[in-house]
Parts: sequence; structure tokens; C-alpha cells
Amino acid sequence: MCLCLGRIAAIIATVAVLSFVLVSYSPIDPVDAYMGTRILTISPEHREQIARSWGLDQPAPQRLATWASNLARGDFGRSIIFNEPVMDVIAKRFAASLWLMAAAWTMSGVIGFGLGVLAGMYPGSPLDRGIRVYALTLASTPTFWIGLLLLVVFAVGLGWAPICCAAPPGVPMDEANLLQRLHHLALPALTLSIIGVAQIAMHTREKMIEIRHSEYALFARAMGESDWGFVRHHALRGVALPAITLQFASLGELFGGSILAEQVFSYPGLGQATVEAGLRGDVPLLLGIVIFSTAFVCVGNLAADVLYWIVDPRMRITEAL
Amino acid sequence: MLRVSNLSVDFSRYGRSTQVPEAICSVDLDVRAGEILGVVGESGSGKSLLAHAILGLLPANARMGGEITFKGQTLDKMNIQILRGRDIALIPQSVAYLNPFKTVRSQVLRAACLSGLPHSEAALASDAALSRYGLDSTAQRLYPHQLSGGMARRALTATATTGNASLLVADEPTTGLDHSTAGETLRHLRQLADSGKAVLLITHDILAALKVADRVAVFLGGMVLEIALASDFNTGACLRHPYTQALWQALPRNAFMNAPARSHTGSSTSHGCVYAGDCPLSDHVCRNTLPEWKDVAGGRVRCHHA
Amino acid sequence: MSGCILLFTGLVFAAQIMDTGGLATNLGLRHMPPSLGHLFGTDWLGRDMLTRTILGLYEGLKLGVLAALCSGCISLILGSVAGFHGGRVDQFISGLINVVMATPHLVLLILISFVLGGGTRGVILAVALSHWPQLARIIRAEVKQLKNATYVLLSARLGHSKLWIIRRHLLPHLVPQCMIGVMLLAPHAILHAAGLTFLGFGVSPHAPSIGMLLAESMRHISTGYWWLAVIPGASLVLMVLAFDTLGSTARALLNPKTRQE
Repeated sequence: MCLCLGRIAAIIATVAVLSFVLVSYSPIDPVDAYMGTRILTISPEHREQIARSWGLDQPAPQRLATWASNLARGDFGRSIIFNEPVMDVIAKRFAASLWLMAAAWTMSGVIGFGLGVLAGMYPGSPLDRGIRVYALTLASTPTFWIGLLLLVVFAVGLGWAPICCAAPPGVPMDEANLLQRLHHLALPALTLSIIGVAQIAMHTREKMIEIRHSEYALFARAMGESDWGFVRHHALRGVALPAITLQFASLGELFGGSILAEQVFSYPGLGQATVEAGLRGDVPLLLGIVIFSTAFVCVGNLAADVLYWIVDPRMRITEAL
Repeated sequence: MLRVSNLSVDFSRYGRSTQVPEAICSVDLDVRAGEILGVVGESGSGKSLLAHAILGLLPANARMGGEITFKGQTLDKMNIQILRGRDIALIPQSVAYLNPFKTVRSQVLRAACLSGLPHSEAALASDAALSRYGLDSTAQRLYPHQLSGGMARRALTATATTGNASLLVADEPTTGLDHSTAGETLRHLRQLADSGKAVLLITHDILAALKVADRVAVFLGGMVLEIALASDFNTGACLRHPYTQALWQALPRNAFMNAPARSHTGSSTSHGCVYAGDCPLSDHVCRNTLPEWKDVAGGRVRCHHA
Repeated sequence: MSGCILLFTGLVFAAQIMDTGGLATNLGLRHMPPSLGHLFGTDWLGRDMLTRTILGLYEGLKLGVLAALCSGCISLILGSVAGFHGGRVDQFISGLINVVMATPHLVLLILISFVLGGGTRGVILAVALSHWPQLARIIRAEVKQLKNATYVLLSARLGHSKLWIIRRHLLPHLVPQCMIGVMLLAPHAILHAAGLTFLGFGVSPHAPSIGMLLAESMRHISTGYWWLAVIPGASLVLMVLAFDTLGSTARALLNPKTRQE
């Protein structure tokens, strides 16, 4: 366990350092990016002052050391766009994104798993064929286009869901009630789920078919198990485990997808903040998001490993050895 | 109790079944209550397939011909599903047949529930089965991958006998076990037969079969060639079929004389006797016509020259 | 398979010889839905959407394929070096692979695109630099396996130089694998490039790629002009599907024992 945590810490640290190094070699001047067209309105001395206040006049290794020591203390710097500490921006935006990602993750997990089990139980059936075509097509579909489609059909066409944002106009996000939040979450979460369902359904289907051809499936049938009895009492554990692992491992893709979905629906989450930071050159925020998202994905993978270790009795023996 | 008549199984590959040799061809045998019928044959002769056919567990692309009757009732897709686990039980080959995610106790309990007992009685029955085969509470909480070979064998037997099945099909029960554990397994089977059940013992180990079986059916290339009393193998004089005689001669106590090497092409592609290619007595008739069953003292034999 | 190849050649050809007259703004023809005259409709400036879509797809294809090729080169070099040398070099490259794979894909894309200053070059390099780990892993494993093959060991014993062994024994195995890997990578690269340009990175007014097209259309669909987003997007899906089929068929042809994923 300690080894895993240590490895994660090493990876996050490496990501942090590499990103910082990358950014410092960027041809974009952060001051120019921040000022934009206003750069013409300020004097060179004023510009130097801004650069100095951000510590940009120091040599690169010193800047890295300063930044690293700040990071260790939990100080990620100050966002240029939002003029707030980076951690605060991330915390606020992540809270919004978390709702979205959690909803999509749960929906895609449950529906994908269910469809995969059905397809695996009846391979070759119309349902199975349909699921396979669905998965294949979706693998070639960009997330943002699904979002646009849903927007066109449900928001603009049918008017069942709002076109944008996390709360009704004029209502700040933390004051919106549960129903309003869910109403605004619905389409972005659906967008992410549609993509997520495909992968987990296919994976579960493969596992289900494998299990149905296994020896213990034969014996279960010899004992008198019906098809669904077999699924309930014997197959579920064997199939659920890979599915859960896959779900946790797909957190990275989920994060990426949420960036696109938030852009389509103008949902004010961490994804949108990432795009803003990237487009407008907000280096502290961008670096903060890179580190945070990497940590998030690593923790997700760790959770998958731990879960596997707990649920699969065979793993416990080999780990103990 | 169980009667298999003219059973044949073949497999259709990719929807076409022409020119594919039958895996089992025209098998006839019967098992009575209180006896052990040993089905012996080389590896790959179709014995496990026979077990699966009786239990209705053939793969989807298998086609079955002939008839299987159990207690006078013809088995078909419908009633075999009801009888499986309740009146007909399988003792499978290895620990791979146990669910790796469940403890021994929970699997035996599940088998008990499936055998038709109400839930309260199922717990008692599974406990009885477990203690009958010497699996104490520590062993019961183990997972399949933690079991030794002998314990696994006993767990499999407990799972199959926790209900009240009248027919037990034991598929290769002694493979991979050491001498004493194998002996213990065979003793359990004898006890089961003595308590009134019918046992179909499928094995490639002829010595094991001879130890406990009442009658022996000799299997080769998907066909039964002879059904003889186990006691006939003591002297070999009453064995009629040339293949059975060759098997008898190959026993360790009879100086290990090998039967001539067979080409392993599976079952017969022509319509004659499966042993025609290697039999010293084979002739034109043997190669082209399937021999009919002939009743002899103590059993039946399928040979033109018997 | 041949259908897909025809599709692609057709697309490239069409993009080259297309009459760009349809791109002229024609305010009299604004916001027209799909019709016989304009198969994909027109946009808010009266430009023909079919022309715009084909040019956009062509740009998207270029971005994706170039990125996939770059990625393939990087994976081949790093993967074979890691597999061949082993030891510290291998550890370093494997560590690098783990680090790149630990970061969420799109976040990495945005970071690299930002660092490279945006523009088309930024998008291509960003996609290339985030896609190489998977293929590099496969190549590394292949090289490790090949390195221990009897004929390679024999070759080394016979005194052949490392370079000679690489050229004669390893490359013939690796290059086809790498090519297939690139073909399978290309659809993902195209989609990610489209995603990046959709978000606004790599904006280049001279060559509007499909992602940019869809981003611009997004602003107008709330007023009901659905064909501006739905049809170009559907064309992108078809193109990626075709590429995917191409890659899978090529892989199956190369190794008929490979299971279809």
C-alpha cells in the first residue's frame, strides 16, 4: 500500500515539475497574454513591475524552487483570470464538476453494466448486435458533437432542458435548489454517459461471455442453476469486478469529456476553467489544474486496485505472499 | 435407472456439419441402482462428452441423436433442466469447476438449495455433506484456490451429494490425485452406490475403475465396444473384444504389453468398427459394417468375431 | 475496405479541386436549410455548408494523420530504445510513459497546446505528444521479446554490430506493427484534434478545421439552425468510422489470429 502511495506521489511530483518546465519554455509571454490588447496602453516600466511582482525576473531554477516550496505548503499561487487563490478557484469549480461527473459516472456505470450483462447472456441476439453497433459508432463520435445533438433536440427543439449553465439565470449556483441543479445537469451528464456506456457495455459483454464458457458455469448449470440464477449467484462477482475497475480507470476520460461537455453547455465547472486558463494564459491556474486532475486520476486508479484487492479473494493470497 | 440407447453426438461447425466425424457414435449402456458402471477409455475418446450429453450440457452447436431414459422417462431439454441437481448430479473433474469467488460452504449450500430442499433443510443437508467428507469449519471457509487436491475433490463430492440425487455421474474423479487420496475418493463412490444410488464412473484409469466398479464399459473412438463384469478382468478369459483383451494385457500385473498404436483421428470416418484399423482380426466386414450388439455371459460385446 | 479507400481519395480530391466559390459570403442566401441547391444548407453568412464541411474535414484529416505519424515516429524510437537497451534507459522511458498516461488526456493536450503557442503546429504536436505512450509500450514489449529470440542472440554472437541487427532483424518486424499502430491511432488523433480546435486552440483563420466549424455553429443553433452543427458532425463521425474500419481490416490482414476488439 505504501509503495502505491509513494509511486503516486512520485508521479504527481514529476508531472508538476515537467509542466512547470514546459510552461517556462513556452513562447508565450505571460504578461502579454494577461494584458492582451491593453499591452499597448502600459509603459515598459509598468510592464516590468508586473513581471517582477509575479517573480518572472528570477532565473528559471529559482522560480521552480520557489514554486515547488509554495506547492508543498499548499499554496498554488493566484489565478490571473479570476484574481483569487488557485485552490479556491479549483475548489469552487470542482464542486460543480463533481456533480456532473458523479451523475455521468453512475449512469454510465449502471446502464453500461446492465446492457453488457444482457448482451453477454444472449450473444448474437438483436439486442447484442444493436449494442455492438452502438459501441462501435460511439467510439468514432466526438463527445462535443453528442452534446450539440442533445442540445439541438432536447433544449432547442423540445425545450425540455435548459440551453446552458448550472442554474437558472440570475440564480447563483449555490442558491439553486436540487431540482434546478439536476435540471441543468441533465443534458451534460447524459452527453458524458452516452459515451461512457459504450466502453463498459462492451467490456462487460466480453467478460460475461468468457464466464459463461468457463468450467464453473458448466458446473453451476449441472447443479440446476437457471440462466438468471447463474447470473445472480455466480457470475455477478466475476463480471462486476472488471467493470468497476474499468469505471475507475475511465476517470481520466471522464475528466476530458467533461471539459468538452461543459464547453457545449456553458456549464461553469473545472473543465471550462481549464479551457479559459489555456486560452488566456493563466499559468498558475493551468498548472494547478494539471496537478489536481492528475492526482484525481491517480487516486481513482488506486481506489480501483484497492477495491479489487478487497473483493477478489484470489488477490489477497498473492498479495500476502 | 439410466438407459442410453443409440446415442450419437456430433458438432456442426460454422453451420455446416457434413464430413465432420461424430464425436460419439451409437452408444448403448445402462446403469442400475446400487451399482457402479465404470466407463473406461483413452483420453479423447468422448467420455466426458457422454457425461455432458446425459446432463444436457452439450454446447450449442452439438446435435444429439438417440435416446436417454432416466427412471423410465425420456430425457429432453425440458425435464433435464428440472432433474439436474435434484435427481441427477455431476461430480466434475477438478477444482476449476468451483466458483473462485465463493467459499466452499456457500457453494455446497447453494447446491443444497438447488436440489429442491427448503431453505432450512438445505443448511442442515449441506452441513451434513461437509462433515461426511471431513471438511471442518476451517476448511469450509476456504476459497477454491486455497484447497489442496484432496480437499477439492471432497468439496466437489460434497457439492454433488448434498441433495438426494439417484444418479451420480463422476467425471474423472481420480485424475491428478495421489494414491491414497484417489483410494479415498473411490471408497466414497462405493459407499454412495451401496446406499442405493447409481454411479456412472468415467475414467481413463482402468485400475481405478476395476477397484470399485461392478461393471465396466470399454469406450473407444466414441463407441462402446464391450460391457463386461469387473470380475471378468481378473482372468481376462471372459473378455471378448480384441481391444478389451489388449487393454487387459496392458495392465501392469499382466506385463504391460502395449496395444498397437492407434492413429488419433477421433472416431470412425468410415462406417465400420472403430478398432478395425489396428485389430489383428479385422477384415473387410469389420471395416465397412458397424458390428451389432451380442449378449454374452455377464455382458454384451460389439464385434463381428466375438 | 476498398470503399473506405475510395472515400478518402474522393475527399482529398474534392478538397483540392473544389470550387471555393461556395465559400463566398452571400447574404441573400443566409440560413437556408438543406435543399437540392445546397445539400448541407448555408450558414449565417450565406456560405455553402457542403463546401465548408468538406474543407473542414480535409483539414481535420490532415491534422489527425500528421499527428498520428509524428506519434508513430516518437513511439518507434522511444519504444525500441527502451526495449533494446533495458536498464536505466528503459526505466526512464517507462517512467515517462507512466507519467504521461497518468495525466488526463485533454488536460495534457491543452497544456501542450498552450506551451507551444497555439496554432496548427501546436495542435499537431500536442496530439502527437499525448498519444505516443500506448504504442511505445507495445513496441517496447515487442523489442524485448525479439531481443531474446534465438536468431538475434546468434547474430550478436556472430559479431554483427548492434546497428546491423536493428536494421536487419528488428525493423522488419517493428515497422509493420508501427504502421498498423499508426493507422489505429489516426481516428483517435483526428477526434482529439477536432476536440482541441473546437475548444478554440489552434485557431487558424485560413484553414478552418471541422472542430472550429462546429464551435462557430454552436453559437447559432440556439436559434434553431440545426443543420449547421448536426450534419458536419455526422460527416466527421463517418470519416472516423471509415478510418477505424481501415485500420481494423489492415490489422486483421496482417495477423488473422488477432481477435477483433
